[in-house]
Amino acid sequence: MASLDDLKKRIASVKSTQKITKAMKMVAAAKLRRAQESAEKGRPYSEKMNNVILNLSNGISDKENAPKLLSGTGNEKTHLCVVMTSDRGLCGGFNSNIIKKAKSYFVKILDEGKELKIITVGSKGNDQLKRVYGDKIIENISFKESKNANYFDADKVGKMVIEKFEAGEFDVCTIFYNQFKNVITQIPQAQQIIPLNNEEEETSSEESYEFEPDEDEILSNLLPMNISTQIFKAMLENSASEQGSRMSAMDNATRNAGEMVDKLTIEYNRSRQAAITKELIEIISGAESL
Amino acid sequence: MSEEFKVEIVNPEKSFLVKDDVSEVVVPAFEGEMGILKDHISIISFLKPGIIKILSKSGDENYYVEDGIVEFKNNNLSILTSTIFNLANMDKSKQQDLLKVAEEEANKTDINDQSKFLADQKVEVLKTLN
Repeated sequence: MASLDDLKKRIASVKSTQKITKAMKMVAAAKLRRAQESAEKGRPYSEKMNNVILNLSNGISDKENAPKLLSGTGNEKTHLCVVMTSDRGLCGGFNSNIIKKAKSYFVKILDEGKELKIITVGSKGNDQLKRVYGDKIIENISFKESKNANYFDADKVGKMVIEKFEAGEFDVCTIFYNQFKNVITQIPQAQQIIPLNNEEEETSSEESYEFEPDEDEILSNLLPMNISTQIFKAMLENSASEQGSRMSAMDNATRNAGEMVDKLTIEYNRSRQAAITKELIEIISGAESL
Repeated sequence: MSEEFKVEIVNPEKSFLVKDDVSEVVVPAFEGEMGILKDHISIISFLKPGIIKILSKSGDENYYVEDGIVEFKNNNLSILTSTIFNLANMDKSKQQDLLKVAEEEANKTDINDQSKFLADQKVEVLKTLN
């Protein structure tokens, strides 16, 4: 059994850990509110963008000559995966959930005999993936310096993806991120951005638009913008998810530390009592023997 | 019958401006400036660097944009842009900064014709603001 002194030290150390996790929780809660706000504010843009693209791709005259960003290169040989994670740890299952989702996708791709290329955004994802898929990672980007997710960072990633696409380095691009549902639930998402799949194609928009210049030209300008927008959306969702995940993780940690302090205190009191009793017995039996 | 329609400008971070008493909007469309009045035909077009003029009862407003898309439908004008500044709030130093970036871009030799054209446009527009 640990000595009284040891127990005392352990209680003190758990208490100070609890203080830290409590502080981190509060910081995460404050940041979460801001991140959530900007995620909500960013939604109209990506929704509008989607709408316009939907209208455009419905209106396009010859589907065969549609821009490659929309219709794909025709084959699906090389897959590019953009895995978006955070730069900081201590946020519960946030990063490992994305990695898990991504890894199962990677396995599927490799089993089908296709080529795999990975871009990691955020250093945590890179750390976890480089052990197994180190040779597949072609680029690692991290935005440690920027405090909040901003469009210019997303644009940088988007431009890089498009550059690689135009150079014919890959055929299909998928991004991995956590969608923010609420503080406790974040859903890891895999979203294909090249070629754009319009599964929810609506035929309701019968209204015809005037295009200036023609559809093809607008589309070829719009699609690269859409890539950046989708990545930006993913970044916003991710940052809200990160803070939410960190908040609940730190909340749990604080609670666990509290329980641990209680347990240790009981143990401390009990062994203190045991020592007193032992001393008493020694005194009494000493007195009796006289 | 009122001659007003609704305009909404969104940038990636937020909904930048919503106004529903607009009588005319002039946008720098790719193939030339385009004035939009109420009951304009549905149109989609994209923007080159330039000035958006919004005319309404409550006063005229001017915005500088670098890129974007306009969509007009059912008397709703949506403008999506990644870079927008209200000219009323834009001071000289900000303007100079933008001009400097644009000039640098325009002087690059390894860019294609279209980006060259866009960069030149930026420089031109920013210079006229002075």
